[in-house]
Amino acid sequence: MDMNEIKEIFFQECEEQLAELESGLLRLNDGDTDPETVNAVFRAVHSIKGGAGAFGLDDLVSFAHVFETTLDCVRSNKLEASPDLLKVMLRSADVLSDLTAASRDGGTVEASRTSGLVAELEAYAKGQPLPGAAAPAAPAAPAPQSEAPESPVEEAPAPTDDSGFQPVPFSFDGIDDDDELAIGGGASVFTVRFKPRSDLYAKGNEAVLILRELSKVGELQVRCETDDLPSLDLLDPEGAYFSWLIRVETESDEEAIRQVFEFVEWDSAVEITAGADEEAFTAPDAMGEDQPMAAVPFDLSLLEDAPVVAAEAAAPESVPATQEPAQLAPANMPRAAKAIAAEAEKKEAAVPAVPAAPQTIRVDLDRVDRLINLVGELVINQAMLAQSVVENESGGSSAVNLGLEELQQLTREIQDSVMAIRAQPVKPVFQRMGRIVREIADMTGKSVKLVTEGENTEVDKTVIDKIAEPLTHMIRNAVDHGLEGPEKRTELGKNPEGVLKLSAKHRSGRIVIEIADDGAGINRERVKAKAIENGLITPEANLSDEDIDNLIFHPGFSTADKISDISGRGVGMDVVKRSIQALGGRISITSKPGKGSVFTMSLPLTLAVLDGMVVTVAEQTLVVPLTAIVETLQPEKSDIHSFGPSQRLIAIRDTFCPLVDVGNILNFRADLANPVDGVALLVESEGGGQRALMVDAIQGQRQVVIKSLEANYTNVPGIAAATILGDGRVALILDVDAVVTASRGQPLSPDMMLAATG
Amino acid sequence: MRTSGTGMLELMAFSLGDQEFCIEVVSVREIRSWTPATVLPHSPDHVCGVINLRGAVLPVMDLARRLGLAAAEPSQESVIIVTHIGNQIVGLLVDSVSGIFTVSTDDIHAAPDVSKTMNKHEIRGMIPRDELMVCFLQIEALFGTIESEAA
Amino acid sequence: MKKKVLTVDDSRTIRNMLLVTLNNAGFDTVQAEDGVEGLEVLEESNPDVIVTDINMPRLDGFGFIEGVRQNERFRAIPILVLTTESDAEKKNRAREAGATGWIVKPFDPSKLIAAIERVTA
Repeated sequence: MDMNEIKEIFFQECEEQLAELESGLLRLNDGDTDPETVNAVFRAVHSIKGGAGAFGLDDLVSFAHVFETTLDCVRSNKLEASPDLLKVMLRSADVLSDLTAASRDGGTVEASRTSGLVAELEAYAKGQPLPGAAAPAAPAAPAPQSEAPESPVEEAPAPTDDSGFQPVPFSFDGIDDDDELAIGGGASVFTVRFKPRSDLYAKGNEAVLILRELSKVGELQVRCETDDLPSLDLLDPEGAYFSWLIRVETESDEEAIRQVFEFVEWDSAVEITAGADEEAFTAPDAMGEDQPMAAVPFDLSLLEDAPVVAAEAAAPESVPATQEPAQLAPANMPRAAKAIAAEAEKKEAAVPAVPAAPQTIRVDLDRVDRLINLVGELVINQAMLAQSVVENESGGSSAVNLGLEELQQLTREIQDSVMAIRAQPVKPVFQRMGRIVREIADMTGKSVKLVTEGENTEVDKTVIDKIAEPLTHMIRNAVDHGLEGPEKRTELGKNPEGVLKLSAKHRSGRIVIEIADDGAGINRERVKAKAIENGLITPEANLSDEDIDNLIFHPGFSTADKISDISGRGVGMDVVKRSIQALGGRISITSKPGKGSVFTMSLPLTLAVLDGMVVTVAEQTLVVPLTAIVETLQPEKSDIHSFGPSQRLIAIRDTFCPLVDVGNILNFRADLANPVDGVALLVESEGGGQRALMVDAIQGQRQVVIKSLEANYTNVPGIAAATILGDGRVALILDVDAVVTASRGQPLSPDMMLAATG
Repeated sequence: MRTSGTGMLELMAFSLGDQEFCIEVVSVREIRSWTPATVLPHSPDHVCGVINLRGAVLPVMDLARRLGLAAAEPSQESVIIVTHIGNQIVGLLVDSVSGIFTVSTDDIHAAPDVSKTMNKHEIRGMIPRDELMVCFLQIEALFGTIESEAA
Repeated sequence: MKKKVLTVDDSRTIRNMLLVTLNNAGFDTVQAEDGVEGLEVLEESNPDVIVTDINMPRLDGFGFIEGVRQNERFRAIPILVLTTESDAEKKNRAREAGATGWIVKPFDPSKLIAAIERVTA
């Protein structure tokens, strides 16, 4: 692994942290008071700062630092997470995201965006929020400067500040460099008295290692003082009984010596004096009466082979240089220490129990896709095998049939499991929408609250990747066209803050995503007028409310009198509809004037397999998605009624339902089949209306692997995709909505298919 | 596209009715025998349909029809030449493959402007070979824009 | 014999940097993503020294250090705290929990290695 790869990992991690950050802030915004939420938010920014520092990404570091400081105030309850503050923080999260992207892709973020927020964040951290700072228009305004004169607002602060945080660009080149201390002028002598307390050993420090470290500063003469050592029966094996008197001859200064004791200064008495205590080292008798303490040179070479477990016996074992402790039979010490320690251990509390997180691994998506393809082949092969066994039915050995059944079961399970690997919650996509809403709310001066529901609903990754774009357009549209401005809402007696609800749920094998606003609803008069003006409908057309609402999905339809900057951009709801249809999805709208609109899109959970009904139409085998089928009927002659020149209706209970001859619509045959000879599939189309699709026969139900026709050909009107059946032949999957639309009198031709309205 | 300059080209020759055609070998992926294709609704006449090529859906084109010749009635002897055209894989239905030969670009003659059904840009040239004229096809021009053609 | 270092950090970036730095410097490295996993890995891997972050989910650095110090086998193991927090309060808390020493992030490789060398025999 090299630095570039780690940097890649860093940016991936930033993405995750940014998502975490945003969702945490949104939870806080919703009144979540769990301290862990604040902690998680803090950690996200902290982590980004940490990594950014390592790569010398100064812009990112300095902004993250200010953000983190303010978050720390919230974390330590010095600052309340007020709605205004959270607004600032959400915008800061957006800027942090942009700064990250700029660091990765080499762009820049407008200095005014960061400086404005830095000023606001700093003011909050100081407990003096800038008045009106949370207003959407404020960030770029230079005004806050005068109101918070003590906080520099022109630029993000330099990465150096009172926390001492300084980004140090990371490089592996430095590894081999010896951390040599600067050599000063001439050598000077210091005397160091070092008396560890037992805490020093309890924290994993070692007096002897300190001495070794000290030896790197200069020439040492070390003398161990053992006066405090009690007799063995009184000895606490974990106690600290020795102290050291050290003469250091060094070219460095006192600070360099003090540095050595950095980790232990609280757990020991360290006294450093300039000059030598010559007496201590020259007069052996000075130190004690019955212990002639010669200045025994402290043999640091012993450390080279010292086992790490040295710490187990703490102080006593670390004094090989003195004579007296030698008599304590050091070899026995560890055992004694262990025995006592074991006793103490029993009383000690266990490690706090924390629920284990599920274990995860990261897998390259390509590998999963390859597996999915292989399983797809397996499914086809299994079906082919089953079919050839049926065809060669020579007595049909029950063992073979049983084996085949088990194989089928297993294949299905493998397929489900493999698909589950790629299933992902819609959460990341929903989170991105939060930002979209904030941006458009700012641009339009509207106040919008985004409520999300069912974020953990899972759907295949291929679907997730493709819904973000249509969803973005729909959200933009909902804020821009759906919701009224705050004044207007107040006038109408509504809460000035509009609510946009984004929800996801599973329903009958599909994922249903709803975007509901509490805005004005569709202005049907205007939509109708516009449609007439554009020649989409005739003035006489008698359309239901639902039909009118669905006109907005018509190509080129835009109700905004002037092209709006936000949802305009040449993208209409027709494009949204088309991209959703391309995913095998459907979209519809329901609207209540004055109350708002609900856009509902329903998508397959996966783009890899579908449950289908295999049918025969004009000698061709077709697959009809099971989700579209409401029921199947065997038409009786008496149920069929002619209607108009070519229309036929079928009576189902007490309603009449238009009959659609699939073979005729797909141009497989010119004439109309006799309904009594076939089977009718009652399907629900996107507009809500039902149609009876006439097919010749039903072969059975089967899960099929979806194969794209577009990969090597192009899209075919009336056909959603292809699959390969048990006989190894390609079968086409019917696009039910397109066929239903075509039955309304618009022939299935490529152009018209695109223009199809729900 | 190497259409000018001197150099050697490796070509695959095949027959459609009583005429010989060839395409560049580099664009040939494999050759397989005819299997009945699944008919695509609302497709142009020259599109036979799609077949299963080891799990991929392969469109098969009736090259004779595309060139305005009499439609070949696929038989057991018919062959599908699987070719790369752009990013797509397309099968070409032909009567039989005659072989592979190498030709110098100098030996490729410009196509005469006589055919009503063939556009000039679809033909890279004519190559005299064993008393026959082999028509060197520009398959990208014939099928390269399947999408715009169908839409 | 190679010394074995256990690193505990929730950031993949930092974990990877530690891994590369320590491996280059000739250490064996085992890693954990948070305090809870750290305590588990500790038992299995028997390291010579621990380098841990402070801000982590599930069990933070302070809790982790306390956990290590309560473990009979490891209560004397050197623990270095790797954190961007350099203010006295956090250092104090880490020390009280039983940290041996600290390295202020962002670390450079020589600083990290020097600190490890300093607390290990």
